[in-house]
Amino acid sequence: MYRYDAIDATLVAERVAQFRDQTRRHLAGELSEDDFRPLRLQNGLYVQRHSPMLRVAIPYGQLSSAQLRKLARIARVYDRGYGHFTTRQNLQLNWPRLEQAPEILAELAEAGMHAIQTSGNCIRNVTTDHFAGIAPDEHVDPRALAEIVRQWSTFHPEFAYLPRKFKIALSGAEADRAATLVHDIGLHARRNGAGELGLRVIVGGGLGRTPVVGAVIREFLPWRDLLTYLEAILRVYNRHGRRDNAYKARIKILVKALGPEAFRDQVEAEWAPLRGGESTLTDEELARVSAHFAPPAYEPPGDDDRALACHLAADRAFARWVGRNVHPHRQPGYRAVTLSLKKTGVPPGDLTAEQMELVAGLAERFSFGELRVSHEQNLILADVRGRDLHALWQRARAAGLATPNVGLLTNVVCCPGGDFCALANAKSIPVAEAIQRRFEDLDYLHDIGELDLNISGCMNSCGHHHVGHIGILGVDKNGAEWYQVSIGGEQGLDATLGEVIGPSFAAADMPGVISRLVETYLDLRHEDERFVDTAHRVGLAPFKARVYGERREVAHA
Amino acid sequence: MPRHVIRHGRVIGDIWQVLVPRPGERPEAVALPEGPLAVSLAVWKARREELLARATPVGVRLEPGDDPAAIAADLPRLALVAVHFPRFADGRGYSTAYLLRRRHGYRGELRAVGDVTRDQLFYLQRSGFDAFQLRDGADPHAALPSLRDFSVAYQAAADGRPPRFRSPLPGDPRHG
Repeated sequence: MYRYDAIDATLVAERVAQFRDQTRRHLAGELSEDDFRPLRLQNGLYVQRHSPMLRVAIPYGQLSSAQLRKLARIARVYDRGYGHFTTRQNLQLNWPRLEQAPEILAELAEAGMHAIQTSGNCIRNVTTDHFAGIAPDEHVDPRALAEIVRQWSTFHPEFAYLPRKFKIALSGAEADRAATLVHDIGLHARRNGAGELGLRVIVGGGLGRTPVVGAVIREFLPWRDLLTYLEAILRVYNRHGRRDNAYKARIKILVKALGPEAFRDQVEAEWAPLRGGESTLTDEELARVSAHFAPPAYEPPGDDDRALACHLAADRAFARWVGRNVHPHRQPGYRAVTLSLKKTGVPPGDLTAEQMELVAGLAERFSFGELRVSHEQNLILADVRGRDLHALWQRARAAGLATPNVGLLTNVVCCPGGDFCALANAKSIPVAEAIQRRFEDLDYLHDIGELDLNISGCMNSCGHHHVGHIGILGVDKNGAEWYQVSIGGEQGLDATLGEVIGPSFAAADMPGVISRLVETYLDLRHEDERFVDTAHRVGLAPFKARVYGERREVAHA
Repeated sequence: MPRHVIRHGRVIGDIWQVLVPRPGERPEAVALPEGPLAVSLAVWKARREELLARATPVGVRLEPGDDPAAIAADLPRLALVAVHFPRFADGRGYSTAYLLRRRHGYRGELRAVGDVTRDQLFYLQRSGFDAFQLRDGADPHAALPSLRDFSVAYQAAADGRPPRFRSPLPGDPRHG
């Protein structure tokens, strides 16, 4: 993974000093809340329901064991002993004190981490595929390009006060595991017929109040032009994006208003004078950054498959976990493992300091001391030998991190919701937990098969409910919390936005509603058909009939 | 008390007057005061010949929505371009500055005015501004250290610094 050099370390240290002085001036009354707000946001500090929230950047989701131990220490010393992993591969601490924020940032800097641009109307943390570099379906390892984009966007002076936040996601694989079509910019790294590296450029995707699947504005951008082209897109957006209404300020609204073709023409016109200029990437730079992502020292294939087969035959619970939480690897003998942060009763994505330390140790013991955060709010050990899987599983299970539910209904993607977030209309964590309890029977859960359930506590859609096979959105009606349900959403290259099934429900009804949706699917499914496929084939009507036919009296207008 | 501005890293007295017509005032008819004068784009368009004929320096003040291309041909004759920030969170002026410097080759004084505070100075400077008139009541002397918040940068902007990958560290073996 990327290791800081002197320049990276200097920048982060100078940022800590800058923010320390800004915080001091704010606490001394020299810097008003209005003036301080964008400064603290660009250092990851929100003001939440109970206290500030600090969002730590985990660039494109990559962490070392040492960094995870540092996060554990910070959670323990400055917070309440846990952290929350987000859908954008970051870590949120819910209870830090503002006065201590500069200290926390200084500790992060010691481990080569920061909270820069994790909030505010600027270019946010770039995200990518959690199987980058190891996935069998990968065309190009996107991590070096992601790091190059991270560096370019960090403290970009021209783009720190954009109309609204700006998110970039990058994927290099056949499947899209980075939600690239619902980002402000999505990039698909590819090689063309001549073997040259380039990127498909997608703009104007997004969730939130106005969900949109992005539009391709360039099929193949030569990689050396990546930064100049991003600069052109950002400049067009910075100058022409709406600033009169925060709900209409994302780039998707500009792209929609102009039409993707006219938007592309403006970008191309802005790009023409930049093309070939000093920000054009060099072979040396790509080689320098790529060297940080060289494959680890894999051992030659051994008896991994045989050892694994023995354990699979002997242990059904282990086999169930392997079936869901272990993923193919391009290196013979190796697998990738998802440590599920979706155990029933634990808020989705939460991890205690003790678990962080344990996972850091597992990564060291089994996966070259590195791990990744997935946008589904789980942790990934990317390079595990097949013969080590059983030992890893036993340790993970003892720590509550081996729920065999990746891709299944209880792997709920969920924002912090009204329990923590000041923006939320409704709580999301208790709804997730009630649904998880309803589907605790593993045989039933596995029989239902692949089902993405996403919950957002408000229209900001941090839980990506629009692209859940079942999506739940918390809404406020006259001060009461209600939940709107949609079905048929899908992430990936076939990204589809779900359709609302009808009037919303009270929290207590939600497990029953989800049960009836699932029963409808089980009644109607064809063989090997996932929930979302059935929903697309049969449409909303049978689901609505089952849900509302029996429950008309509680449905709310 | 005379107004002060920060220019090239020092606090100096301000010689400029700025003329922006009030609502209802016609740019064609507004009185032009004596001395160095910067005017709104509307006044510049209406009174360009008259202003260029004066013996004293002239400048233009751009609003966030003004296209810098509108004054590109006149830039060699302008001693000041002021870019107005009605709210510091409105970042359009950063792109205006970039375009003036890098696209249109402006070499004269480029001044950020309006809701400008010390915590924006570093980015403003990197975007091409060399002069700053802080918001009313702010102490320009206290703000000077913020121009030096960072000693290194990753990316190129409009301050002449190359991107880091074109500026090897002294003695860095990776760059031979």
